[in-house]
Amino acid sequence: MNRVLIVARNTFREAVRDRVLYNLVFFALLMIASAVVVGQISMDIETVVMISLGLSAISLIGLLIAVFTGVGLVSKEIDKRTLHAVLAKPLRRWEFLIGKFAGLAATLAVNTAAMAAGLFLALWLVKHSVVRGDAVVLVAVYFILLKLMLVVALAMLFSCFTSPLLAILFTGGLYVAGLFVAELRSLQVTTLSQQTQKFFAVISYILPNFSNYDVMGAAAHGRPIAGALVLHNTLYTALYCAMVLAGAAMIFSRKDLK
Amino acid sequence: MPSFAIETENLSKEYPHGFLHLKKKTSLEGLTMQVEEGEAFGLLGPNGAGKSTTIKLLMGIIFPTAGNARILGRPASDVSMHRDIGYLPEQPYFYDYLTAAEVLDYFARFHGFGVAERAERVRQMLKKVGLETAGKIQLRKYSKGMLQRVGLAQAILHDPKLVILDEPMSGLDPVGRREVRDIILELKNAGKTILFSTHILPDAETLCDRVGVIAGGKLVGTGAPDSIVGVKATGIEILFELPEGGTLPETIRAKAIRAGAGYRMNVDEGQLYKAMDELRVAAARIVAVTQIKPTLEDFFMGLVGKDRAQAAAVEVSGK
Repeated sequence: MNRVLIVARNTFREAVRDRVLYNLVFFALLMIASAVVVGQISMDIETVVMISLGLSAISLIGLLIAVFTGVGLVSKEIDKRTLHAVLAKPLRRWEFLIGKFAGLAATLAVNTAAMAAGLFLALWLVKHSVVRGDAVVLVAVYFILLKLMLVVALAMLFSCFTSPLLAILFTGGLYVAGLFVAELRSLQVTTLSQQTQKFFAVISYILPNFSNYDVMGAAAHGRPIAGALVLHNTLYTALYCAMVLAGAAMIFSRKDLK
Repeated sequence: MPSFAIETENLSKEYPHGFLHLKKKTSLEGLTMQVEEGEAFGLLGPNGAGKSTTIKLLMGIIFPTAGNARILGRPASDVSMHRDIGYLPEQPYFYDYLTAAEVLDYFARFHGFGVAERAERVRQMLKKVGLETAGKIQLRKYSKGMLQRVGLAQAILHDPKLVILDEPMSGLDPVGRREVRDIILELKNAGKTILFSTHILPDAETLCDRVGVIAGGKLVGTGAPDSIVGVKATGIEILFELPEGGTLPETIRAKAIRAGAGYRMNVDEGQLYKAMDELRVAAARIVAVTQIKPTLEDFFMGLVGKDRAQAAAVEVSGK
């Protein structure tokens, strides 16, 4: 466990020194600009617009970091051969992999938390108050973070057996497919045979269900989010990440490095 | 009975290549060798011979297609034994965003040292490899030679029993090479087992108790540097000077070549006395008479020549 933490700590430091967190400056500027503009043009819907815009920005920026940095976590170490010296230490390959995941997850958590703080600051600027009902925004931010963890795990899995470009494409493709899981499950098309419909239903349970994490509408309108969904999404993410990372570790443990 | 730090048995590595990876390229074929505890063993061979492949297989960076390897009595796949191994990769590369001190501290953490001990070991290692003043500079600003020094420092930081160095002299200037050679000698004197690959044959002759020569993915010989090239003299070299106004006798004029103020002449052992008689008649002053023994370099060059000739023959025959 200690060795996993050593790798995680270094991965976090790498992200910070590689200026990954500089995106926060962009986010801050976006929020300030939005607060000013929204305050002038919107009539009573400033909060809705601000929350939608803020959560979308948090999600998009997080996704870009998760996919691109996630794919590079292992592939960059293989390409630059920094792994050779690391794996010569008493460190198992799966420990390295989990450490890398944990490091980027921590980076994303800090990044997401900072952006959430920025969003609340922008809300306060617009409404001049933050009420208890706004806590639902925090749940939406938490769901975005869970989603990002899953994306990182997938990016790492693909980067273990394919080129970085393909890994980015596969991760992006799977993310988009995962957004339509609910539609795939309830597919009722008469032109499709029963077997095909069953096939799509099975696929829908294998694909990562990213639609579960989307509560932006509820958060923007201050509607409560069920505790059961929070628990469900937390467990789902933990289980899915564990399975994906186990697969990645199996592949990575037998991989010839160049 | 000697105990072995490294044992390999029929160790082989093939890489798939070509369309759909249907063809196989053999990088290492049936390597069986042993490195005794406490000895310095040099792996020699031309580029692409299989030296780095052997080391990567031992370190678990790649996996064998056949055969097995044991290090310090354990299978090479057992990473817990890495506690007792120091490894310098070929042309090492570390995290650009870390300083030398930080990267050494990072590696030291895997060995479970406490904060104070880590700091002390990092300080000592930076001093040992001549980087004490550059320890706080990010590695992105380091030259190849400086990275090589960091690589050596991280390899010996934890005082390992076995040190595996892949081309340790690569990228170093003469001063750096001398310093690294001194560090290897120091490790050797401290009783460490050392395995290293090199192209620089005088270093192998100076540092190694035994060498193994790899060519074309096969081990073609192991032994002490002297014994592997053979101890039998291939001739006699005579250095001599002529008195002022003296001329070379007709019989040896064709064999002697100018060397500084005098002459050098190579003769067969059986011709030595005859040549000496002729030189005595010419009133020559004999400066030195020495046996000519093949060097490791001669052996190596012969091997490379043979290897290339074989490769060319295969290419011509289309096999």
